[in-house]
Amino acid sequence: MNAMEQSIFNASQFQMLSDDILQEAKREGASSAEVSIAANKGFSVSAHEGDVETVEYNQDKVIEITVYFGKRTGSASISDVRPDAVHAAVRAACHIAKFTDADPAAGIAEKDELALPYPKLDLAYTWPISVEKAIELACQCEREALAYDKRIMSSEETSVATLEALHLYANSNGFIGFYPYTRHEISCVLIGKQGNEMQRDYSYTVASNSANLESISHVATRAGERTVRRLGARRLKTTKTPVIFMAEEARGLLGHFIAAISGGSLYRKSSFLVDHLNKKIFPSFVQIQEQPHLMGALGSAPFDEDGVTTRANVFIEDGILRNYSLSVYSARKLGMRTTGNAGGIHNLVIKLGDKNLPALLQTMGKGLLVTEIMGDGVNLVTGDYSRGVGGFWVENGEIQYPVHEITVAGKLQDMYTKIREVGNDVDVRGNIRTGSILIEEVMVAGS
Amino acid sequence: MFNKNGLPVMTDVLEIVRHDLLDPGGLTDNQLQQVIHKLAGREVDYADLYFQSTYSESWVLENGIIKGGSFDIDRGVGVRAISGEKTGFAYADDIVMPALQQAALAARSIVKQGAEQSIQAWHKLPAHHLYQPINPLHSLSEQDKVSLLQRVDSYIRKKDPRIVQVNISLSGEYETILVMASDGHLAADVRPLVRFNINLVILHNGRRESGYAGGGGRFDYQHFLTGDLAFQYADEALRQAIVNLDAIDAPAGTMTVVLGPGWPGVLLHEAVGHGLEGDFNRKGISAYSGRLGQRVASELCTIVDNGTLPNRRGSLNIDDEGTPTQNNVLIENGMLRNYMLDKRNARLMGVASTGNGRRESYAHLTIPRMTNTYMLAGSTLPEEIIASVERGIYAVNFGGGQVDITSGKFVFSTSEAYIIEKGKIGAPVKGATLIGNGPDTLMKVSMVGNDLKLDTGVGVCGKDGQSVPVGVGQPTLRVDELTVGGTRTQ
Repeated sequence: MNAMEQSIFNASQFQMLSDDILQEAKREGASSAEVSIAANKGFSVSAHEGDVETVEYNQDKVIEITVYFGKRTGSASISDVRPDAVHAAVRAACHIAKFTDADPAAGIAEKDELALPYPKLDLAYTWPISVEKAIELACQCEREALAYDKRIMSSEETSVATLEALHLYANSNGFIGFYPYTRHEISCVLIGKQGNEMQRDYSYTVASNSANLESISHVATRAGERTVRRLGARRLKTTKTPVIFMAEEARGLLGHFIAAISGGSLYRKSSFLVDHLNKKIFPSFVQIQEQPHLMGALGSAPFDEDGVTTRANVFIEDGILRNYSLSVYSARKLGMRTTGNAGGIHNLVIKLGDKNLPALLQTMGKGLLVTEIMGDGVNLVTGDYSRGVGGFWVENGEIQYPVHEITVAGKLQDMYTKIREVGNDVDVRGNIRTGSILIEEVMVAGS
Repeated sequence: MFNKNGLPVMTDVLEIVRHDLLDPGGLTDNQLQQVIHKLAGREVDYADLYFQSTYSESWVLENGIIKGGSFDIDRGVGVRAISGEKTGFAYADDIVMPALQQAALAARSIVKQGAEQSIQAWHKLPAHHLYQPINPLHSLSEQDKVSLLQRVDSYIRKKDPRIVQVNISLSGEYETILVMASDGHLAADVRPLVRFNINLVILHNGRRESGYAGGGGRFDYQHFLTGDLAFQYADEALRQAIVNLDAIDAPAGTMTVVLGPGWPGVLLHEAVGHGLEGDFNRKGISAYSGRLGQRVASELCTIVDNGTLPNRRGSLNIDDEGTPTQNNVLIENGMLRNYMLDKRNARLMGVASTGNGRRESYAHLTIPRMTNTYMLAGSTLPEEIIASVERGIYAVNFGGGQVDITSGKFVFSTSEAYIIEKGKIGAPVKGATLIGNGPDTLMKVSMVGNDLKLDTGVGVCGKDGQSVPVGVGQPTLRVDELTVGGTRTQ
């Protein structure tokens, strides 16, 4: 069965709408045009103190239109699909293009760059769950989490959400592509209390196929464990120390790398990795690439936001930067070719080492395990990094006590070269897949 | 609806809003009354309809050319039914009866029984007139919008040949909302909002640094032309980038921190504001829960959340539940006085809404949010505050911040800061995150300046995945101890 037949959306209606928009743009004199439609429908429920707290029904759609008059650009977006509203939006985009300048890099992808044909990646799986059943699951999750330990004072919120979506992109070079996808999630946020100290932590599971969600008990237990283990947090003295970023927080380190090699940052000269192609950024054992076609993965996409084929880009090979992450526009700005990364990367994967987290802690011996990062103290122009963190102090390879109200600071370029090992404890819930990362030395500020 | 001067022909806000939101779909008061009646049946304590239409545009200049512009329209209606602690919520992006009825049915499914009950007769509430009911998108011609960006670009590039990148944007929003609630509230608002931003990068001896400035509020684009404000933002962005060229590594550790006036008030937004939002306190999970009437800050601190300041970015005539905004005293001379509440949390706590019920859009649930949060001026001269510090840092500009309201831990990141040594301002230092615990930090405020300043109108606050415009402000403050996340051992 074609994946589309499982979708709750009428894709042919959206196809007709995109055709109509492209034709209207042409009638208005545009030399080329593109349209992107995003639609979703679903619900989320949350439980608190043993009963349902909120039921929210979601249904959104947004139609984004970009028109080109030669090298001049105008854009408009609208949520209304009625023909007169859509045509008014096309005219608004055309009106704007009259006042923009010719930009040599502007325009849609060349025909040979378009993802024709594009693969089917099985990203949509309806979760046949009723609101009542979802409420029951949320309540069960909260009940089990509260029973985990007497120090769990309450839940802030336990929620179950399901969303079905459709993404369509079409342009006047003859591309039209669409794919449905789904996202289902169970999450649990808890408050732990010990004396006057309160700490919050959480756990969640998310997947495109509900069959791949972790069990309610698993989510509840892990949320309980994570919350309780934070109680009794101390501060550290200001010191230089090795650090392990636990897998889910290590994602951010790679996210900053991708942001720094993205075309937008590079052509704006706003990256500490400007002019670093073919230079060594990481130690030789580090390999980072993109796997955009993993079946059923939340980060997968058959084509990017330009309608360009997504591909298995190798960004880091033996520690050396081999490719930037480029869209059609940013590639033209840099005099290069697109890498199919309009809108970002799809499943960034770092080659894993062979140690699990306990073994990695043994390797570190003494240092800081970071399990929480706060704030936005990252300067991509300079690479300066300074964040609030929480986690655990480790000695003799064993966790000693939780720590909080401290910062970790360094320069990203130095932190990357000082990566000693990547663990095998990969977290597959996000678009960046990495294990925990051990870094030789960072500055920790505390008392 | 508007003449070409951008002035409203119709002066009654409710009429403007009806015309914009209800007339296109042919919705009548009678029909809406019926929807509310059905919605607010037995077991439903409160129900409301929130109609909203937003027209927004933005123009971007990059690398010396007007790279693009966009025009966006978003319209819809949100429907909410509350029964005790339960809330049912649905919305539609089409303001017509069938979609509204369907959303109402879904929202009402939170309760099982269905008998109708009488609702209060609709009455208009008195509202503030803090800003003009104008459409700012019409306040300049398209040609004048792009020419403003071009003029600022060439002005600033001429000032310093080391500038390698300039990115400027001008954006505006025309939002109309209408709230109809089962408690009889009928309220409308027309909310203009504009913003001007400039980002630039300079390159000197191989070192790259960036600077940012911007501002805005609930007025029209003429604001940026008055007194050449847009050009002043450009000067400010360049000044910051140049300062950062000389920045040395920031120190690491706990030290005295002097915070400059204005935008550094993001400290209060994070360290105090979120922790005093009613939803967290009703659940007893904030570091400030159960502490009304207690000392939570030094006696020098009086902190308010004031939604009633004319033309400010964080101001609202009415909140998104139709309640007129207020000037709420949160902390008075160090004592905790009030939480910020929406109708739902206020009812559950047995008090009245403080006019802090806000939502990002019709597609989001209303929750307690801040408006303009700031500390009132003290009596000390800012120079005296700096002179009082033996060793520490003076932080005058920040990026964003974040808080864990349960533990009280908060962070905010400097984008312009200096060493203070022996009472004198010294070398600039690189961006560093400051981390503290809200209640502890506020107890350590030992000096408060007489120079209260509000920010320039750029604040965006995120909570539960919803973004709303807010304001912050403060006078110069001395905090005796705060942890500075630098890289340099002292």
